[in-house]
Amino acid sequence: MKLLYFAWLRARIGCAEEEVELPPRVRDVAGLLDWLRSRGGGYAEALRDLSIVRVAVNQDYVGSEHPLQEGDEVAIFPPVTGG
Amino acid sequence: MIRVQREDIDVGAALESLAAGNHRIGGVASFVGLVRDIGGADRVSALTLEHYSGMTEKKLAEIETEAHRRWPLDAVVIIHRYGRLEPGDRIVLVATASAHREAALAACHFLIDWLKTDAPFWKSEETPAGERWVEARTKDDAAKQRWSD
Repeated sequence: MKLLYFAWLRARIGCAEEEVELPPRVRDVAGLLDWLRSRGGGYAEALRDLSIVRVAVNQDYVGSEHPLQEGDEVAIFPPVTGG
Repeated sequence: MIRVQREDIDVGAALESLAAGNHRIGGVASFVGLVRDIGGADRVSALTLEHYSGMTEKKLAEIETEAHRRWPLDAVVIIHRYGRLEPGDRIVLVATASAHREAALAACHFLIDWLKTDAPFWKSEETPAGERWVEARTKDDAAKQRWSD
Protein backbone atom coordinates (compact mmCIF):
# COMPACT_ATOMS: atom_id res chain seq x y z
CA MET A 1 0.00 0.00 0.00
CA LYS A 2 1.23 3.47 -0.90
CA LEU A 3 1.22 6.06 1.90
CA LEU A 4 1.63 9.79 1.23
CA TYR A 5 2.28 12.49 3.83
CA PHE A 6 1.89 16.25 3.44
CA ALA A 7 2.79 19.51 5.19
CA TRP A 8 3.92 19.19 8.85
CA LEU A 9 2.97 15.50 8.91
CA ARG A 10 5.52 14.90 6.17
CA ALA A 11 8.11 16.99 8.05
CA ARG A 12 7.58 15.13 11.34
CA ILE A 13 7.46 11.66 9.80
CA GLY A 14 10.49 12.49 7.69
CA CYS A 15 9.37 11.25 4.28
CA ALA A 16 6.83 12.22 1.63
CA GLU A 17 5.79 8.70 0.63
CA GLU A 18 6.45 5.07 1.33
CA GLU A 19 5.27 1.60 0.36
CA VAL A 20 4.14 -0.51 3.30
CA GLU A 21 2.86 -4.01 3.79
CA LEU A 22 0.04 -3.90 6.32
CA PRO A 23 -0.25 -6.51 9.05
CA PRO A 24 -3.43 -8.58 8.46
CA ARG A 25 -5.10 -7.13 11.57
CA VAL A 26 -5.10 -3.63 10.01
CA ARG A 27 -8.40 -3.39 8.18
CA ASP A 28 -9.44 0.24 8.25
CA VAL A 29 -8.12 3.80 8.55
CA ALA A 30 -8.26 3.79 12.36
CA GLY A 31 -6.22 0.57 12.41
CA LEU A 32 -3.68 2.03 10.01
CA LEU A 33 -3.19 5.16 12.15
CA ASP A 34 -2.81 3.01 15.29
CA TRP A 35 -0.26 0.81 13.56
CA LEU A 36 1.72 3.79 12.26
CA ARG A 37 1.76 5.35 15.74
CA SER A 38 3.09 2.12 17.15
CA ARG A 39 6.17 2.56 14.95
CA GLY A 40 7.15 5.36 17.38
CA GLY A 41 9.49 8.29 16.68
CA GLY A 42 8.21 10.79 14.13
CA TYR A 43 5.08 8.71 13.49
CA ALA A 44 4.00 8.80 17.13
CA GLU A 45 4.67 12.53 17.29
CA ALA A 46 2.92 13.36 14.01
CA LEU A 47 -0.17 11.28 14.82
CA ARG A 48 -0.49 12.16 18.51
CA ASP A 49 -3.58 14.37 18.03
CA LEU A 50 -5.89 12.79 15.46
CA SER A 51 -8.31 15.73 15.63
CA ILE A 52 -5.88 17.60 13.36
CA VAL A 53 -5.21 14.69 11.00
CA ARG A 54 -7.16 14.14 7.77
CA VAL A 55 -7.08 11.00 5.63
CA ALA A 56 -7.86 10.51 1.94
CA VAL A 57 -8.10 7.10 0.28
CA ASN A 58 -7.69 7.11 -3.49
CA GLN A 59 -7.96 10.92 -3.37
CA ASP A 60 -11.28 11.12 -1.50
CA TYR A 61 -11.71 12.21 2.11
CA VAL A 62 -12.67 9.30 4.37
CA GLY A 63 -13.49 8.70 8.02
CA SER A 64 -11.68 6.45 10.48
CA GLU A 65 -13.94 3.45 9.75
CA HIS A 66 -13.22 3.43 6.04
CA PRO A 67 -11.99 -0.07 5.04
CA LEU A 68 -8.60 -0.41 3.38
CA GLN A 69 -7.66 -2.62 0.46
CA GLU A 70 -4.40 -3.64 -1.08
CA GLY A 71 -3.41 -1.19 -3.78
CA ASP A 72 -5.11 1.79 -2.11
CA GLU A 73 -3.34 5.15 -2.16
CA VAL A 74 -3.67 6.54 1.36
CA ALA A 75 -2.75 10.17 2.07
CA ILE A 76 -2.40 11.53 5.59
CA PHE A 77 -2.28 15.28 6.14
CA PRO A 78 -3.32 18.22 8.36
CA PRO A 79 -6.50 20.26 7.74
CA VAL A 80 -6.06 22.16 4.48
CA THR A 81 -5.10 25.86 4.31
CA GLY A 82 -5.32 26.87 0.64
CA GLY A 83 -7.19 29.72 -1.01
CA MET B 1 -11.80 25.28 -16.26
CA ILE B 2 -9.45 24.09 -13.53
CA ARG B 3 -5.76 24.90 -13.44
CA VAL B 4 -3.12 24.30 -10.77
CA GLN B 5 0.09 26.08 -11.67
CA ARG B 6 3.31 27.57 -10.38
CA GLU B 7 3.17 30.62 -12.70
CA ASP B 8 1.36 33.87 -11.96
CA ILE B 9 -2.32 34.18 -12.90
CA ASP B 10 -3.27 36.44 -15.81
CA VAL B 11 -6.59 37.63 -14.39
CA GLY B 12 -7.53 39.76 -17.40
CA ALA B 13 -6.97 36.94 -19.88
CA ALA B 14 -8.83 34.43 -17.69
CA LEU B 15 -11.88 36.69 -17.28
CA GLU B 16 -11.94 37.52 -20.96
CA SER B 17 -11.80 33.87 -22.05
CA LEU B 18 -14.58 33.02 -19.59
CA ALA B 19 -17.22 34.98 -21.49
CA ALA B 20 -15.68 35.03 -24.96
CA GLY B 21 -18.14 34.18 -27.71
CA ASN B 22 -21.08 33.50 -25.38
CA HIS B 23 -23.50 36.41 -25.52
CA ARG B 24 -25.99 34.81 -23.14
CA ILE B 25 -23.63 35.77 -20.35
CA GLY B 26 -24.76 38.93 -18.57
CA GLY B 27 -22.17 39.03 -15.82
CA VAL B 28 -18.81 37.72 -14.65
CA ALA B 29 -17.99 37.60 -10.92
CA SER B 30 -14.49 37.02 -9.64
CA PHE B 31 -12.44 36.58 -6.47
CA VAL B 32 -8.66 36.99 -6.40
CA GLY B 33 -6.82 35.80 -3.28
CA LEU B 34 -3.53 37.59 -2.46
CA VAL B 35 -0.63 36.85 -0.12
CA ARG B 36 -0.75 39.10 2.97
CA ASP B 37 2.32 40.28 4.85
CA ILE B 38 0.82 39.50 8.28
CA GLY B 39 0.21 36.08 9.85
CA GLY B 40 -1.10 36.25 13.42
CA ALA B 41 1.14 38.87 15.02
CA ASP B 42 4.13 38.25 12.77
CA ARG B 43 5.42 39.72 9.55
CA VAL B 44 5.34 37.26 6.71
CA SER B 45 8.08 37.69 4.12
CA ALA B 46 6.94 34.78 1.92
CA LEU B 47 4.84 31.67 1.91
CA THR B 48 5.14 28.32 0.20
CA LEU B 49 2.08 26.41 -0.96
CA GLU B 50 2.28 22.64 -1.10
CA HIS B 51 -0.49 20.55 -2.67
CA TYR B 52 -1.53 16.96 -3.31
CA SER B 53 -1.19 16.71 -7.05
CA GLY B 54 -4.04 14.67 -8.48
CA MET B 55 -6.38 15.03 -5.54
CA THR B 56 -6.24 18.82 -5.90
CA GLU B 57 -7.51 18.71 -9.47
CA LYS B 58 -10.11 16.09 -8.51
CA LYS B 59 -11.50 18.15 -5.59
CA LEU B 60 -11.55 21.36 -7.63
CA ALA B 61 -13.47 19.58 -10.42
CA GLU B 62 -15.98 18.27 -7.85
CA ILE B 63 -16.45 21.76 -6.41
CA GLU B 64 -16.99 23.11 -9.92
CA THR B 65 -19.59 20.41 -10.65
CA GLU B 66 -21.38 21.25 -7.40
CA ALA B 67 -21.53 24.95 -8.34
CA HIS B 68 -23.04 24.04 -11.72
CA ARG B 69 -25.60 21.87 -9.94
CA ARG B 70 -26.67 24.74 -7.68
CA TRP B 71 -26.68 27.72 -10.06
CA PRO B 72 -27.32 28.30 -13.78
CA LEU B 73 -23.70 29.02 -14.73
CA ASP B 74 -22.31 29.36 -18.24
CA ALA B 75 -18.67 29.04 -17.24
CA VAL B 76 -16.39 28.62 -14.23
CA VAL B 77 -12.66 29.14 -13.90
CA ILE B 78 -10.54 28.15 -10.89
CA ILE B 79 -6.80 28.79 -11.04
CA HIS B 80 -4.74 28.04 -7.91
CA ARG B 81 -0.99 28.52 -7.58
CA TYR B 82 1.57 26.49 -5.65
CA GLY B 83 5.23 27.09 -4.81
CA ARG B 84 6.87 30.09 -3.13
CA LEU B 85 4.90 33.36 -3.18
CA GLU B 86 5.56 36.81 -1.73
CA PRO B 87 3.20 39.41 -0.20
CA GLY B 88 1.02 40.94 -2.89
CA ASP B 89 1.28 37.90 -5.16
CA ARG B 90 -1.91 36.30 -6.44
CA ILE B 91 -2.68 32.85 -4.94
CA VAL B 92 -6.03 31.99 -6.44
CA LEU B 93 -8.59 33.16 -8.97
CA VAL B 94 -12.20 31.99 -8.90
CA ALA B 95 -14.54 33.39 -11.54
CA THR B 96 -18.05 32.55 -12.66
CA ALA B 97 -20.17 33.65 -15.61
CA SER B 98 -23.93 33.58 -15.79
CA ALA B 99 -26.89 35.29 -17.46
CA HIS B 100 -27.55 37.21 -14.24
CA ARG B 101 -25.47 38.62 -11.42
CA GLU B 102 -27.15 36.73 -8.54
CA ALA B 103 -25.99 33.33 -9.76
CA ALA B 104 -22.52 34.56 -10.72
CA LEU B 105 -21.88 36.32 -7.39
CA ALA B 106 -23.33 33.57 -5.18
CA ALA B 107 -21.49 30.78 -7.03
CA CYS B 108 -18.18 32.68 -6.83
CA HIS B 109 -18.59 33.10 -3.06
CA PHE B 110 -19.55 29.43 -2.70
CA LEU B 111 -16.54 28.24 -4.71
CA ILE B 112 -13.94 30.11 -2.68
CA ASP B 113 -15.53 29.02 0.63
CA TRP B 114 -15.53 25.37 -0.44
CA LEU B 115 -12.09 25.54 -1.95
CA LYS B 116 -10.64 26.75 1.35
CA THR B 117 -11.89 23.71 3.29
CA ASP B 118 -11.74 20.97 0.62
CA ALA B 119 -8.84 21.55 -1.78
CA PRO B 120 -5.64 19.88 -0.46
CA PHE B 121 -3.27 22.85 -0.24
CA TRP B 122 -1.08 23.76 2.75
CA LYS B 123 0.67 27.06 3.43
CA SER B 124 3.96 27.47 5.21
CA GLU B 125 4.96 31.02 6.19
CA GLU B 126 8.42 32.57 6.46
CA THR B 127 8.50 34.92 9.48
CA PRO B 128 11.30 36.56 11.52
CA ALA B 129 10.77 33.73 14.06
CA GLY B 130 11.35 31.10 11.39
CA GLU B 131 9.23 29.02 9.05
CA ARG B 132 5.91 27.62 10.29
CA TRP B 133 2.85 25.83 8.92
CA VAL B 134 -0.37 27.84 8.82
CA GLU B 135 -3.12 26.33 10.98
CA ALA B 136 -6.61 25.78 9.58
CA ARG B 137 -9.15 28.27 10.87
CA THR B 138 -12.53 27.27 12.28
CA LYS B 139 -13.85 30.43 10.60
CA ASP B 140 -13.31 28.71 7.26
CA ASP B 141 -15.39 25.71 8.31
CA ALA B 142 -18.14 28.08 9.43
CA ALA B 143 -17.99 29.86 6.06
CA LYS B 144 -18.48 26.56 4.27
CA GLN B 145 -21.37 25.61 6.59
CA ARG B 146 -23.29 28.61 5.29
CA TRP B 147 -23.77 26.71 2.01
CA SER B 148 -25.05 23.43 3.42
CA ASP B 149 -28.62 22.73 2.45
